[in-house]
Amino acid sequence: MTVTTGAAVPRRIIRRGTAFRDAGPPVALVVIFAVFAALSPQFRSIANVQNIVDAAAVLAVVTCGITFVLMMGSIDLSSAGVMGASALTVSLLVANNRNDNDLGLLGIAVAVAMGCAFGFLSGLALVTLKVPSFMATLGVSAIGLGVATLMFAGVQPNISDVMLKSWAIERFLGLSYLTWIAAACILAGWLIQRYTRLGRYAYAIGGAEEVLTLSGVRVKPYKVAVFTLAGAFYGLAGVMVTSQLGAGLVQAGNGYDFSAITAAVVGGTLLTGGRGGILHSAVGVLLVMVLTNGLVQVGVSPYWQGGVEGLIVVAAVAAAVIPQRRRNQVVK
Amino acid sequence: MSVPAEREPATSAPVPALEVRGLVKHYPGVKALDGVDLVVHQHEVLGLAGENGAGKSTLLKALVGLVTPDAGEIYVRGEPVKLRSVVEAADHGIGMVFQEQSLVPNLTAAENILLGSEGGAVRRGVYRWDVMRRLAQEQLDKIGSKIDPLARTDSLSFADRQMVEIAKVLRIEQRSQHPPVIILDEPTSVLESKEIDTLFAQIRRLREFASVVFVSHRLDEVLDVCDRVTVLRGGQSVGEVATAGAVPRELHRMMIGSTGSDDHYHSNAATPVGAAEPRLSVRGLSGASFRDVDLDVAAGEVVAIVGVHGSGREDVCRALFGIEPTTAGEIRMDGKRISLPNTRAACAAGIGYVPAERKTEGMVGPMSVAENMTLTKQKARCAGPFVAPAKQAGLVDRWIERLSIRTPTRDTPIQRLSGGNQQKVVLARWLVAGDIRLLLLDHPTRGLDIGARSEVYRLMRELAASGVATVLLADSLEEAIGMADRILVMNDGRVVTEVACPNGGKPSPLDLVKEMV
Repeated sequence: MTVTTGAAVPRRIIRRGTAFRDAGPPVALVVIFAVFAALSPQFRSIANVQNIVDAAAVLAVVTCGITFVLMMGSIDLSSAGVMGASALTVSLLVANNRNDNDLGLLGIAVAVAMGCAFGFLSGLALVTLKVPSFMATLGVSAIGLGVATLMFAGVQPNISDVMLKSWAIERFLGLSYLTWIAAACILAGWLIQRYTRLGRYAYAIGGAEEVLTLSGVRVKPYKVAVFTLAGAFYGLAGVMVTSQLGAGLVQAGNGYDFSAITAAVVGGTLLTGGRGGILHSAVGVLLVMVLTNGLVQVGVSPYWQGGVEGLIVVAAVAAAVIPQRRRNQVVK
Repeated sequence: MSVPAEREPATSAPVPALEVRGLVKHYPGVKALDGVDLVVHQHEVLGLAGENGAGKSTLLKALVGLVTPDAGEIYVRGEPVKLRSVVEAADHGIGMVFQEQSLVPNLTAAENILLGSEGGAVRRGVYRWDVMRRLAQEQLDKIGSKIDPLARTDSLSFADRQMVEIAKVLRIEQRSQHPPVIILDEPTSVLESKEIDTLFAQIRRLREFASVVFVSHRLDEVLDVCDRVTVLRGGQSVGEVATAGAVPRELHRMMIGSTGSDDHYHSNAATPVGAAEPRLSVRGLSGASFRDVDLDVAAGEVVAIVGVHGSGREDVCRALFGIEPTTAGEIRMDGKRISLPNTRAACAAGIGYVPAERKTEGMVGPMSVAENMTLTKQKARCAGPFVAPAKQAGLVDRWIERLSIRTPTRDTPIQRLSGGNQQKVVLARWLVAGDIRLLLLDHPTRGLDIGARSEVYRLMRELAASGVATVLLADSLEEAIGMADRILVMNDGRVVTEVACPNGGKPSPLDLVKEMV
């Protein structure tokens, strides 16, 4: 054999454009919307589009919170419990039929602060007790439901606070106040994500946590802060559900935990962290809502809906991860 | 490049920028550093050369506070210092560009450069992107890089990312009032030749305001860019050479030392191999990091592949076990053409693989010796679809005895065993079914002490004598020479030469190193 000193074998990693990758969910949203619009005249009516957006409000707020946690590569299952606790808190603090409280906005602020406290607890359990976020937040969710049940005490508090009730009823430019609150949350979330150290570090932690440590960044406070921020969003979501129902229910947050994760992932946020963001999640929320609404409008039997929705979600996520599949990759 | 006049020239600098005296670091079973001395003058580029395992990585980690030495001192500009973390090292003006690039891929270049010391770019937790861009641009200007500071890091080429790393490391100037010491660990291993030229130009620029420690496997690079070279061997500094007028051959000799491939490789137990049809025959095998590899291994033969980090030998080995994808070439076992799309196919073809990372890839730590031994060849312990406990117990006990594995019981978790005994269990996994024809051993003695190594060598000899063909990626050149019947040298993804290695006619390490670097 002879000595060869030819050019080195290229060892570059070929990566696909990130722009192409990020375009998937918005394109899917447009396509799915167009398909339903073509199939059903009811679907494309202004009233129905208003419906879709209004129905998305609470889920959007929950998803805002969970997105920050997912960006870090952690997971958060606490929203259902936190929302329950917040719903009961706010309904017992504003004008209601159980007591003489009438704190108004302050009551809402207390409920949001309580959400923060629950998030803080999750974060603390993660960084000090090293409880994986899956279990820590599952536990906090149960605590939240427990607190809510204690406050519920067998008698449903119906709210009579005019302002809070008006959130779900009054409209501005054709959309309910709740929808505008959700839009404000998305804007706030986007600003936090883009212009604050907290948001950028949450993103960086999901990208390469050990690099942050090697660069002398203390990661733990940021993790706790991210869970606390998420808790604030869940607290507000609990208030919003209370406004919709006109009463404080323990089950206010039922199902939102997994719906929010689904919406975030469908929008292009990775469960392993480091990719996606608030705007991705907003698109994901709309995708999920368009799907739910559209399947009804085109007359898919309600018996089929759950299964069909599930199929589409799995297909969407599979499409999102195709650019990064590699051989022998371990997926858990 | 000449040193600017207003600065003192390196030769007459009274206090070295960095000095290491008698640094010692033990790991279980290994003495990684055994009293290393090192001097880095101001405004010089010092090369650090040495074989795998010479202690280079450990020394560098000690210099940036990632490893706490057991004994010895580190002086920065004459002052003794204790470096307990990367931050402390940075406070003393020492920074390192890591071998595996240490950038956050999903952040912008600017954020990576300023990470952890954002200065005025973040006020009360709020980003000021214009300031961040400006500060990052200043860093990039220092090294003359034209990267857009707001580009996402994972959209940059490897070479550009290296520039970002260097710009990032230079931020330590802000922390320390003195010229920094920049450590570059294997910076060229992922670069192509044109990019390497750019990097070298940067290193020469760095010398004007910093000291540089440059580590590379490639001796020609070290001679090209460095002012002086310190050679490490076995955790000690064995020589110091000015690169002007240095003879590569001399450096090779220093790197290797005088130790030969001696008897504890049991080379006297090697059996001559007949010229029968090869057990394994590979022609023109190509993949992402290797090209046109030809390889024959006869039954009972041990063929070692040697090469430096990045030569592609690990990938060839993994390709032969169906892990690494191949783009061209054919593989024959006993004359029959086979394809290896996955590891199952390789197992079915009678191929076994002992991975280099024993703890993470070779074994399941909390599972028992018996479970680990029967992990792959399930049939050997089963009756129909069920595990037959008596059959498994008998089988495992037989192999524990045959390989003299020291374990309290067969049900002991494998992680409680010593490294050598763990490795024997990993090997036994391929032997229990008695259908093994080819063994791929990727650094089978890594991390083992001499006694355990000797036992692994004996085992390899016995297996070869029983007709198993072996491909060995050895831990050291001596090991390759001592164990192999034939040695293939790989360089940059190709087999550059093949050296017969019969008993009584062993080549010298020097002959091999020449082809490797």
